[in-house]
Amino acid sequence: MKGTLGTIVFGMTLGVIGWGGFNWSLELTNTEQFCISCHEMEDNVYQELQETVHWSNRTGVRATCPDCHVPKEWGYKVMRKIKASNELLHKMLGTIDTPEKFEEYRLTMAMSEWKRMKSSNSRECRNCHAFKSMSLDKQQERSADRHDPFVWAELDGHNPDMTCIDCHKGIAHRLPAGWEEAVNNDPILRVEAAAE
Amino acid sequence: MRRVITTTMFAATMMLALPIGSHAVEVQSLRGGEINVEKPEAAPSYKQITAKGGIARSYETQPPLIPHTIDKDRIDLKSNSCMRCHSEKNFEKEKAPKVGDSHYETREGKTLATTSSRRYVCTSCHVPQSDTNPLVQNNF
Repeated sequence: MKGTLGTIVFGMTLGVIGWGGFNWSLELTNTEQFCISCHEMEDNVYQELQETVHWSNRTGVRATCPDCHVPKEWGYKVMRKIKASNELLHKMLGTIDTPEKFEEYRLTMAMSEWKRMKSSNSRECRNCHAFKSMSLDKQQERSADRHDPFVWAELDGHNPDMTCIDCHKGIAHRLPAGWEEAVNNDPILRVEAAAE
Repeated sequence: MRRVITTTMFAATMMLALPIGSHAVEVQSLRGGEINVEKPEAAPSYKQITAKGGIARSYETQPPLIPHTIDKDRIDLKSNSCMRCHSEKNFEKEKAPKVGDSHYETREGKTLATTSSRRYVCTSCHVPQSDTNPLVQNNF
């Protein structure tokens, strides 16, 4: 009896330490500091981010790498982290270790990230931006006009037929050469002209 | 765009300033006078205005002014974000004015399917406006 209780307490302690340690180290890989510890990220995309509104803006809210590129929900996050092992492989292979190589792969990488965002209905954008909380009269008229049908769709309980990334590409990093043709020729990313 | 220009100007100034700083005596004008090289004051940033329906031309051949903000737009070797709306492919869908017909002609007068490369940098001629007092009054 005494032995069983001991085993349970021991197991629980080990579980707390093990699980806590796992999550702690997972969170360590979820920081801007970790992302830009690779020069590939620091010299290219990180510099570009600093020119954009997601870096510095009127209200002082900043989005850093994991805010857009790593899902917040645990299950999706772990899936993304597992897929990221491919990025470690390419880090070791040196696939993008010079600016020239980075440019050569920029379209491939951008397309892959756009597809990820589109297939999750821009989940990471929506951690901060939601149609329901948009004040259309505070937007510029041309922005308000375009957001309006989606805001109403969501307020009426329908799913808007377009998602953030359909239009908002290249807002935090530079657009790759030939992106427009590539997007129009891609079955996932192509946007049919919105019905008016 | 402006920030890119500012950064480039700053980098250029730094490149000029560094050697001058260390050999201040050696730099002279051709007539022997001292050259005073100082970092230019940063241009004040003005809020770009939006004007519904565009801004009327002041004279016949004036390049149309940009009636919206362009601070998030970028024109570089790889992409030109103005063309997301104003290109011959997108202008109808985006309900934006199409790039002028003259912009499809090469220097030799040949008409191309897309804009001629000499017209690539929109902001060389087309500029946004801000609501400020003119620095110099004129009667043009």
